[in-house]
Amino acid sequence: MRNLFRIYLEKPELAGIALLVILTGIFEVRSNGVFLGADNVRGILGLLPEVGLVSIGVTVLMICGEFDLSVGSVFALTPMLAAVLMERDMPFLPAVLIGLAVAAGIGFINGVITLRFGIPSFITTLGMLFMARSMTVVISGGFPPVLPDELPTWLFTQFIGPGGLIRVSFIWFVAIALLVSAMLSLTNFGNWLKSTGGFLEAASSLGIPVNRVKIICFMLSSVLAGFGGLIEVLRLGSPLPSIGEGLELQAVAAAVIGGTALNGGIGTVLGAVVGSLLIRVIDNGLVLTQVDSNWFKFAVGALTIFAVVANARLRRAARGIRIETRA
Amino acid sequence: MTPIIECRGVQKWYAGVHALKNINLAVQRGEVVGLVGDNGAGKSTLIKILSGVHQPEAGAVLIEGRPVVLRSPKVAMRLGIETIYQTNSMVPTMSIARNLFLGREPISLGIGGIGLLDQARMRRESVQAIADVDLHLRSPDALVGELSGGQRQGVAIARAMHFKSKVLVLDEPTNHLSVKETNKVLGFIRGLKPQGVTGIFISHNIHHVFECCDRIVAMARGEIVFDSPVGGTNIDHIHDLL
Repeated sequence: MRNLFRIYLEKPELAGIALLVILTGIFEVRSNGVFLGADNVRGILGLLPEVGLVSIGVTVLMICGEFDLSVGSVFALTPMLAAVLMERDMPFLPAVLIGLAVAAGIGFINGVITLRFGIPSFITTLGMLFMARSMTVVISGGFPPVLPDELPTWLFTQFIGPGGLIRVSFIWFVAIALLVSAMLSLTNFGNWLKSTGGFLEAASSLGIPVNRVKIICFMLSSVLAGFGGLIEVLRLGSPLPSIGEGLELQAVAAAVIGGTALNGGIGTVLGAVVGSLLIRVIDNGLVLTQVDSNWFKFAVGALTIFAVVANARLRRAARGIRIETRA
Repeated sequence: MTPIIECRGVQKWYAGVHALKNINLAVQRGEVVGLVGDNGAGKSTLIKILSGVHQPEAGAVLIEGRPVVLRSPKVAMRLGIETIYQTNSMVPTMSIARNLFLGREPISLGIGGIGLLDQARMRRESVQAIADVDLHLRSPDALVGELSGGQRQGVAIARAMHFKSKVLVLDEPTNHLSVKETNKVLGFIRGLKPQGVTGIFISHNIHHVFECCDRIVAMARGEIVFDSPVGGTNIDHIHDLL
């Protein structure tokens, strides 16, 4: 059991990877080889960055011990704001930067309210979920603004690579995943972040600025959600006020399936990527194998419960280890 | 000789309760002082002032003869006062090396205090630091969650020694430990003296204090009611006092 605990702590995403391999195998066989065909892989990888970016942010925030349920709404608000500004003749770059800055501001407010008033971030960000969604609809004026024709969409959604297998957004996604992952494991900030979620009292007694660490994570989560939304809107070509509904829960599910602990301290970026990929694979695989696709949410829900139960069991085992004494 | 740490006329009130009444306590370099007393006697309050968690309402704390303001735990640590709490000051989900350097990581390529960890150095130095307190662990990469309670306190003490703390405050470090683990921790505390580290060991178990301290200070109702070298007293006498 000790070894299992150790494996879980060092490679919390391992179970997710195993499941991913198994499901890919099943879907590949059941779909007679269509699942791993170039066209289908292109479809899965084309959509992955949007959910994946949100999951990375949510995972990092969960590692430092907090939740963000407002990501789905920020996912819609950021591109909507950028689109409204562009409709009023603002150039692309400043419009996008303002959109992302507003996302960062929302993350900041989430963090400050949570910490200042000592309330669960679950509630703060649930409130923000409604507020940000409402703002999205209000600024759209009920009609989605029309995006200008001359946009650098190629920078985000162009198909590239051998046979046009991936979109440019995938490169953004991988680069951000690598950066955040390096931040977590190679820098002292990553050390502070994990200690903040792992054992808040110990971290603050050692002088770690735990509140600042948390606020930065809230902001990161919000900005990544906004960026994911921008990519989706550029892909769709139209900023719908309803995009990203329910995405917050998919992101939490992806984090948990990828091994992130609900109580913080444990989790990896790779886990978030694996979790998001699993969700995409299930979504896509069910369609290809001609299962009623309404089972999709059922599958993700069941998997989430399973992952949390498994994590909790390992956690209990870990507590057992703590009491046990050795010479 | 100038005491390494001294409280002069320290007073503290909590919501109208006079928690510390004019505390005067001077500890010499290399001395290990046992601080005993019942719950509510003021031990914890005094410790929180020394570790920078609370500030006194009156009086002063002096380190090596100079008055200091212990505004926060970080300031206290920088001035050489390191506190080890009963609820471990270790993060169980992180490795020994990462815990040892938590908040004081050696970094390279840093901007504004944030940078890349020098992980090789962290591993190397934590192996050395742990060996210095006579604790032998397989690897600096082992997780603190895998260690026993006594071993964790050992790592916490090793951390304080590594950062050249002048004064080590041990706040009930043997609570919740088995007899065997407690003996191990008492052994770590006895090891402080040969290394010239000053210790203030808080406990409500007088036997533990007698086993590893030079001097006993007893508190009751916010005052120091007894202060004597271990040789000049016995356990029964202190029991009667409390």
